[in-house]
Amino acid sequence: MSKQFDVVVIGAGPGGYIAAIRAAQLGFNVACIDEWKNDKGGPAPGGTCTNVGCIPSKALLQSSEHFDQANHHFAEHGIEVKGVSMDVAKMVARKDMVVKQNNDGILYLLKKNKIAFFHGRGSFLKATDGGYEIKVTGAAEESLSAKHIIIATGSNARALPGTPFDEKSILSNDGALRIGAVPKKLGLIGSGVIGLEMGSVWRRLGAEVTILEGLPTFLGAVDEQVAKEALKAFTKQGLKIELGVKVGEIKTGKKGVSIAYTNAKGEAQALDVDKLIISIGRTPNTIGLGAEVVGLALDERGAIVVDGDCKTNLPNVWAVGDVVRGPMLAHKAEEEGVAVAERIAGQHGHVNFNTVPWVIYTSPEIAWVGRTEQQLKADGVAYKAGSFPFLANGRARALGDTTGFVKFLADATTDEILGVHIVGPQASELISEAVVAMEFKASAEDIARICHAHPSLSEATKEAALAVDKRTLNF
Amino acid sequence: MAIVEVKVPQLSESVAEATMLQWKKKVGDAIAIDEILIEIETDKVVLEVPAPAAGVLVELIMGDGATVLAEQLIARIDTEGKAGAAAAPQAAAAPVAQAQAAAVSNSKAGVAMPAAAKLMADNNLASGSVAGTGKDGRVTKGDVLGAVAAGASAPKTVAASAIPTGVRTTSLPQVASPAVNLGDRPEQRVPMSRLRARVAERLLQSQSSNAILTTFNEINMAPVMDMRKRMQERFEKEHGVKLGFMSFFVKAAVHALKKFPVLNASVDGNDIVYHGYFDVGIAVGSPRGLVVPILRNADQMSFAEIEKKIAEFGQKAKDGKLGIEDMTGGTFSISNGGTFGSMMSTPIINPPQSAILGVHATKDRAMVENGQVVVRPMNYFAMSYDHRIIDGREAVLGLVAMKEALEDPARLLFDI
Repeated sequence: MSKQFDVVVIGAGPGGYIAAIRAAQLGFNVACIDEWKNDKGGPAPGGTCTNVGCIPSKALLQSSEHFDQANHHFAEHGIEVKGVSMDVAKMVARKDMVVKQNNDGILYLLKKNKIAFFHGRGSFLKATDGGYEIKVTGAAEESLSAKHIIIATGSNARALPGTPFDEKSILSNDGALRIGAVPKKLGLIGSGVIGLEMGSVWRRLGAEVTILEGLPTFLGAVDEQVAKEALKAFTKQGLKIELGVKVGEIKTGKKGVSIAYTNAKGEAQALDVDKLIISIGRTPNTIGLGAEVVGLALDERGAIVVDGDCKTNLPNVWAVGDVVRGPMLAHKAEEEGVAVAERIAGQHGHVNFNTVPWVIYTSPEIAWVGRTEQQLKADGVAYKAGSFPFLANGRARALGDTTGFVKFLADATTDEILGVHIVGPQASELISEAVVAMEFKASAEDIARICHAHPSLSEATKEAALAVDKRTLNF
Repeated sequence: MAIVEVKVPQLSESVAEATMLQWKKKVGDAIAIDEILIEIETDKVVLEVPAPAAGVLVELIMGDGATVLAEQLIARIDTEGKAGAAAAPQAAAAPVAQAQAAAVSNSKAGVAMPAAAKLMADNNLASGSVAGTGKDGRVTKGDVLGAVAAGASAPKTVAASAIPTGVRTTSLPQVASPAVNLGDRPEQRVPMSRLRARVAERLLQSQSSNAILTTFNEINMAPVMDMRKRMQERFEKEHGVKLGFMSFFVKAAVHALKKFPVLNASVDGNDIVYHGYFDVGIAVGSPRGLVVPILRNADQMSFAEIEKKIAEFGQKAKDGKLGIEDMTGGTFSISNGGTFGSMMSTPIINPPQSAILGVHATKDRAMVENGQVVVRPMNYFAMSYDHRIIDGREAVLGLVAMKEALEDPARLLFDI
């Protein structure tokens, strides 16, 4: 006998659990299915983000940041520390605890909103008169029926062809977060967000990190000036970054991993590391979903095809997050989840891709919203630019972290903010002001005319806005 | 609450987009049906947008100076709204337009973003006088910049709503942008009105595609002036319009066009298109710029009809009420620089026509007749023509035909 619901959400990552909660808030009878298992085999909702993505990486970044500070920066403050050592197992255990707190938190939220949670893999059984039947395969088999289905099955790390993940020597983001001891030498293929963050963590803990990137440019999607500043900072920190690399044979042995590659100059090179992390992107996940059973359309990447409203080709079947087009960001999944729940309720949710912020949690942090300078140039848009370095910001000086700058791009005629790019301390927080401003179609001058607390890093935002008009006060 | 949409009217086929001028009403104002809400300027004309229904203006979607397309939504009217009255059951204190707008929708119309507020104050723009295109109708810096560029800034005397269309224009050097440089070498940047820009484009196009050449001749205006003096009173009594010189010029021009049809033709690719009708454009200056309304089938019009039509065009041009249909087409044009005192000029052809007659100021000059120096009222005629299809022969003889017709008007009577 099938359990009857209004909405069944497949996946409890950021897209799924948020969609489920919003739908429940709007009065629907909701079920949520998630297959992630924790170490003990119990449910671990929260998806990639909570389990092997955003949350654990931030925990490790924080731990490693503290270690770095203690080792290299405490002395400046007059703090004498001797014999600072790193207990990796404890760091990883703490990370696991943070992750578990989040898992439990989500389970609690689902319960609080009276959402029926099912631990297992959800897949389409068939279409029915009233909607669809979903099978849950897990500890127990279940059958759920609902009119509306929201698919939020996320994504998987892409493997290098011919080099499958073994999570011992060849690691995806998953294994990268569970390394037991600081590797002496760590290799990374791919200099995207995940690669940079993971590289940062282990470099701070003492590993010799080499990043091999296939593209000739570093962080191509980031504003050029910001990417340049970031590359400078990372190189200074000791990260070895090679661009324009063509990876050849990878051999795994007892001693570690051997990577043969051709560098940008065309010279044959070899890199020997203890562990190799592959971070060349992620692919949408529809494994075991039963898409073919009901005729759900997928594109050539394997993503579920959706329109601007996240509707699939099947009536009342929606899809959000990493499994559909668009930036693979947790907050984008969340926005889509909310929008879909609202649309199911007959309201008009909306997701504005142009005001979705991007963040890289390295140190310095990188964050941006809107368009980059090179995009504006390519589109022939007339713009004005203004930037302000943290070097000239009082709070940054007091913090002892003055790397980077805030940069504003505004329309040359109307002064409307077209993009804001930040590299430096707390960029991930500072970017919110810019996102709000862009949602309100504010002009650079608007930000320049709004009072910002002193002393704060946000003053750099205000000054960068002033810089658009070439009238900074503090630089 | 019944919402009626206000849209940009149909523009003509050749007009792709238009510029909004200034809203005559603001959010919260009561609107009568057919009341003109805003004017929209195209390359050729200014169109009025009347209110499709009575009610209260609740939302301005496109602001002053915005570029719009045909049928684009620009505002909303609530036919059941009450201007300024509170929507809530509690009696409102002061009927504020903003309160009404906020009660009707999540509208923040009238709320100005920080930079916008400063700009409005700097330019003496009253709160609520600039339509907002920001989130929920907020006024952005861009909105105010656009309004200022469209001439909305008030050097106190020019209260925007009171000015009739013909006078307040963007081509007059108003405070279109704050004058740069204090000191004795100021500069001011005034964007071209849409009409001016279009005229500029077409003139340049004409010059670059036609092989323009100008031929001149002088006309003794005495016979025409005599005839006019003799007939004026009776003409006016009979037809209710003054007998001017333009009707003579039109008649003379048509006379020449019939004799030399190539002057009335157009170039189309590698073909010469001979038009079997005579649509004569009369160049008229308007506050917005040069416009050329057309006298259709001028060959079939009487003197009185020509005079009446030209007077009508003049008034319409002044009021900015010339329609697109008034100005499309035309096989020949006449431009009168004489009204301003021009002695001679080389007019530019009005594409796709191939020739244009320029007439000038009539002045007493010393002329030689039969070996004697006499005083005659002379007018220099210039005909610019497209040498691609019109040779010197036709052009010169055409002008001579006009001269003969004017110096001996009987020729017009007898078609010789």
